[in-house]
Amino acid sequence: MTGEVALAVLLLGPLLAALGCLLAGRQGSTVALLALIAGAAAVVVLWDGMLRTGPIEVRLGGWGAPLGIVLRADGLAVGFLAAAVVVMGAVWAVARHDFATPRARDVFWPSSMLLWGALNAIMVSRDLFNLYVGLELLTLTAVAMVALGRGPGAIEAALRYVLYALMGSLVYLLGVVLVYHGHGTLDLDRIAAGRSGADALALGLMTAGLAIKTALFPFHAWLPPAHAGAPSPASALLSALVPKAGFVMLVRLWFEAMPDATPPAALAVMAALGAGAILHGGLMALRQERLKQILAYSTVAQLGYLFVMFPLVGGAGAGTAGAAEAWAGTQIGAFSHALAKAAVFLCAALWIRAIGSDRLADLAGLARAMPLSCFAFGMAAVSLMGLPPSGGFIAKYLVMRASFELGLPGWGLVLAAGGLLAAAYFYRPLAALFAREPPRVQRTPRLLEAVPLALALAAAALGVLSQPAYDLLQAGAPAYARGIGP
Amino acid sequence: MTGSVVLFVVTASALIGIGLWGFLVQAHLLRRVLAFNVVGSGLFLLFGALGWRGGGVDPVPQALVITGIVVALAATAVALWLVGRFAEETGRADLPEDRREDRQEKSSAGGRP
Repeated sequence: MTGEVALAVLLLGPLLAALGCLLAGRQGSTVALLALIAGAAAVVVLWDGMLRTGPIEVRLGGWGAPLGIVLRADGLAVGFLAAAVVVMGAVWAVARHDFATPRARDVFWPSSMLLWGALNAIMVSRDLFNLYVGLELLTLTAVAMVALGRGPGAIEAALRYVLYALMGSLVYLLGVVLVYHGHGTLDLDRIAAGRSGADALALGLMTAGLAIKTALFPFHAWLPPAHAGAPSPASALLSALVPKAGFVMLVRLWFEAMPDATPPAALAVMAALGAGAILHGGLMALRQERLKQILAYSTVAQLGYLFVMFPLVGGAGAGTAGAAEAWAGTQIGAFSHALAKAAVFLCAALWIRAIGSDRLADLAGLARAMPLSCFAFGMAAVSLMGLPPSGGFIAKYLVMRASFELGLPGWGLVLAAGGLLAAAYFYRPLAALFAREPPRVQRTPRLLEAVPLALALAAAALGVLSQPAYDLLQAGAPAYARGIGP
Repeated sequence: MTGSVVLFVVTASALIGIGLWGFLVQAHLLRRVLAFNVVGSGLFLLFGALGWRGGGVDPVPQALVITGIVVALAATAVALWLVGRFAEETGRADLPEDRREDRQEKSSAGGRP
């Protein structure tokens, strides 16, 4: 399999599989599994090829920019492609038993495949309009998954989500129109090569649109009800993967397409919004009584971590080792959040099936009946808090070190405060799980409990194997973030 | 020709403005979906108008606008389906946070279960 074929498998495979899932009916999950296996092989091929020869680029139909569409798998893209296929696989294993009715089955499997395909497309696209189409597909499938929820608020949550998302896509598109007017192209590299007076306005509009879709504070109001109301395996996909797509687009815009249109004040505003997300999300998570709502607010907070990177990578320290550390740390944080957040939502899926509730009071004593998944929850929580040994710890360590090296210690302290808040809001579910009370539960196969455990172990392993992740991220990194290494 | 470009841009800006205003101010969900489509029309018009540069018409914006219309159509369909489901379930056509008249009532009832 060459790089081109691997990219085709990752882009066309999910779309074909979505159709196949619809046609296959009861066997929909089998079709999805086949697509996932092919996708995993394709990611391995891309990763390997990229480390040997650098980023892999494909010009569709042999047409280069500006007429044609360019796809490129760089380190950032391959990292997210890998995280997506791992999370998709784990969700598949748990969801296979959950969507039994024809309606749920025929919505969930095709939607999950489309969602995965849209994510893959966003990671490798180099064209603003292509990115827009990918983001719309991602959002609409995510909304469909929220609407699958059984609770009374699910439709309302999906509706709020779709209204925010529509607004976000229009604002983004307005920015794209201005970019096209100024540059006469939508290709990221060609935009970077030129300058236009409208760049700052265009970037501001696109950023606002993407911030709405990424649920960056203060545009996050749609996220907690949507992620808490969706069926739990779908919540795992929504929380672990979907907001990262908007984040990757923001990173590409700010650091690859328009690095000159970003004054230090704007970079600081992004980090300040991130800090707001960390504090607000953390405090709100402390006040929730239902596990899935705690996890959803935790996602708001963890998304905030990612934006603290902006002044560290793009400011005065651009191009130094500090910027490279902040870059790698943030992306490793995004990967480990994807793995750990999927793990905790899959634990919630298993527990809701076993006890029929996700209220903290009802979880009391569950660790005796379901020790494996409770252990997985604990390990994933360690990564989300940023304690060693875990990917979350390495991520936070690298970004904090960068903030001290670059003389911006305030941002590092925000991360520390976020870690304390995470420890506080994860303490309550953990205390309930390990309480000395006999719970009444239905039997859950141990094999199913091993699925979130595998994800939590992967998040922990990222902490030990951070060097390969760092090397991967340096492949094709923007000049800003290319450093000597930690 | 330049004059008509200005006309297009002004019309497009007016549509975008009216649509945004409607989206932010109207509470009725159908009106908000409609407002989304008004903004969309303005955007596509703007895209087409800004695509005209000196030598003639640029085909790229036109191709993109067609794609954009298809995307907006799909999004509108999903939004309308959700509005329908929401109205069936609750008998309402507005979200709780947008209701002015019964905000008091909602806070005393403690919100939805």
